[in-house]
Amino acid sequence: MNKVSFALAAVAAAALTLGAPAAKAGTLEDVKKRGVLNCIVNTGLPGFSYTDKSGRWKGFDADMCRSVAAAVLGDGEKVKFIPATGKTRFTLLNSKEGDVLIRNTTWTFVRDVDVKLNYVHTTYYDGQGFLIRKSKGVKSAKELGGATICIQTGTTTELNLADYFRANNMKYKPVPIESNEEARKNYLADRCDVYTTDASGLAATRATFDDADKHIVLPEIISKEPLGPVVRHGDDQWADIVRWTIYALIAGEEHGITAANADKMASSSNNPNVKRLLGSEGDLGKMIGLDKQWARRAIQAQGNYEEIFERNVGLKTPVGLARGLNAHYLDGGLQYSPPFR
Amino acid sequence: MTTAEKLAGETRDAGEPNILLRLWRNKDTRSVILQILTVALLFAFLAYIVNNAILNLAALGKTFSFDFLDLPASYDINQTLISYTSQSTHFRAMLVGLLNTALVAFFGVITATILGFLLGIIRLSDNWIASRIVYCFIEIVRNVPVLLHILFIHGIIVHVLPSPKKALDLGDSIFLSNRGLTIPDPVFGDGFSYTVIAFFVAIGAVIYFRLWAKKVRESTGKIYPVFLISTGILIGLPLLVFVVTGSPLSWLVPELGRFNLKGGITMIPEFLALWLALSLYTSAFIAEIVRAGINAINKGQWEASQAVGMKRNRVLQLVIIPQALRIIIPPLTSQYLNLTKNSSLAIAIGYMDIVATIGGITMMQTGKEMETMILVMAIYLSFSLLISAFMNWYNKRMKLVER
Repeated sequence: MNKVSFALAAVAAAALTLGAPAAKAGTLEDVKKRGVLNCIVNTGLPGFSYTDKSGRWKGFDADMCRSVAAAVLGDGEKVKFIPATGKTRFTLLNSKEGDVLIRNTTWTFVRDVDVKLNYVHTTYYDGQGFLIRKSKGVKSAKELGGATICIQTGTTTELNLADYFRANNMKYKPVPIESNEEARKNYLADRCDVYTTDASGLAATRATFDDADKHIVLPEIISKEPLGPVVRHGDDQWADIVRWTIYALIAGEEHGITAANADKMASSSNNPNVKRLLGSEGDLGKMIGLDKQWARRAIQAQGNYEEIFERNVGLKTPVGLARGLNAHYLDGGLQYSPPFR
Repeated sequence: MTTAEKLAGETRDAGEPNILLRLWRNKDTRSVILQILTVALLFAFLAYIVNNAILNLAALGKTFSFDFLDLPASYDINQTLISYTSQSTHFRAMLVGLLNTALVAFFGVITATILGFLLGIIRLSDNWIASRIVYCFIEIVRNVPVLLHILFIHGIIVHVLPSPKKALDLGDSIFLSNRGLTIPDPVFGDGFSYTVIAFFVAIGAVIYFRLWAKKVRESTGKIYPVFLISTGILIGLPLLVFVVTGSPLSWLVPELGRFNLKGGITMIPEFLALWLALSLYTSAFIAEIVRAGINAINKGQWEASQAVGMKRNRVLQLVIIPQALRIIIPPLTSQYLNLTKNSSLAIAIGYMDIVATIGGITMMQTGKEMETMILVMAIYLSFSLLISAFMNWYNKRMKLVER
């Protein structure tokens, strides 16, 4: 056999091997084998997912990634953050670049059904608002006819905006922009009169301005934007793990379990709900493919829902968001965890 | 080696039992075998890729279909050459994006060609300073990635130019601000069609005159100032008709609204930035192609032309450029193709071209990655093939005709 024919044979053999479709492995096995959770997050949205000066990922969404990693891998730091724009996020998830997408992503019918995504829970109830300079003298979104508006392209806000202006019979000039950071720059340069995105994102963006008090968020909220973690269709076990990890954080708030007292609560609490959740009674973890203490570790990693909220976007932070709809159901909000039993 | 030994060797070879080995050792059949193998492998590879795509789509539970093109797009586009609203279909949105790509490519190619030829000729001029300045310009422009040019020019427009309220204006009718360049909107009166007709008549007259002048030149050697007279006819005749019919054209001057300039035609910053950046970048390459083309013409052609008393400009126009074009056109074609494809960088600044509309928002809203990308690729391919076809036709026309 000479060199040429040998090379040809080798290529043919390689093609045949490649041709066989790889066996489908569960996401949980993949993550465990890899030892790292690939978590798709925003390229930069203060309060939700952004890198601080030392390059560490921080924020409401980033912390949820760590909670999931702690539940699955036992260490909240075993996360590889994959920054994505509004346009690339679903492709990254569906092509298995990431295991879970936690990037202020709105739950809609088309995305759930036709883009083949599974939304596990709404971690943040949001709505779309408008940010504008006070000097423009606008008091209501109804006065925005003729305005130039910056939007993040590939998001639901783009569609809501078109609907809102059509319903109110107004015209506008859209300026489509890839990322929150670019939109911020264009807004500050007055390329657009208005910046529109989820109200939480507006508050977070406004918080980074030097002259934040010269800008207002208009009172109209024009849409429902339920934001939450997303996984691929077709892996129910993995969807359950992400979903119940989030519920563990919410149940943690309900029962007063914090990052600091979780271990103590596990041994001292007389509440059977707390004992089951923290793994000192029964074995819920085994049913979901994890160990007994998965939920305890999830809470210990970054705290319960309340701790994560208040630390990243709460009233004491520059973003300064009130709990509102995101309060626990006992406080009149919508955050509610099904029972752990 | 004796003849007998040679013969013995040949018979030994021919007597080899394995027919495949014999075919392989023959130079002609071996090349056929290799070609068959290559084609087979290529098809196997393509089949693998298609099969893989089908399997993966099925694993995600996705279907492959173009039905989504009939659904309403539900998003707005800031520059539309055809009528479009958010209720129009995704297909219509694709057409809008396609036309936006075509628009920037068309203007880009024209500007780049004019600028490129000018720069290329100045680069060859005997004026040392002019030639050096152009040399520096070309080297800087063509060695910086085109994406940076786009971002840089867009940055200047958005960050340096004033807001609409303080827009720079020219005679209170043309405004330049960080929302773009706004010019008055022409309003055509009743008799304006006569001016249009006069313009077409002028074009016909110019073509006739040029043919006639060429004939006179070739038979008698008399040279008319063709360019001046042509321009005169082209501008003069329509202008005369325009004035005679009572100037049936008025301008709708833009005025300041609450947020923006209202009325008028606005070229948005994204279009301006993309157009200028692509033109500048490509013109640097065209300048070098033009220089190479002109330099490639034998010095004897210059000397011979000058020996019969022709001026430098006429030598360029009648002797050098027609010959240089034969060398220039093929690489020029590939620059046009580059410019068209580079226009896909529009997404970086939010110009709604084909990639931003169907390959961007539509893809996101429908989740049809495979289908939209196939459409986008097919459209760029068609653009490129059209440009190639046109340039090949032009190249054939300019080719040396041997008599």
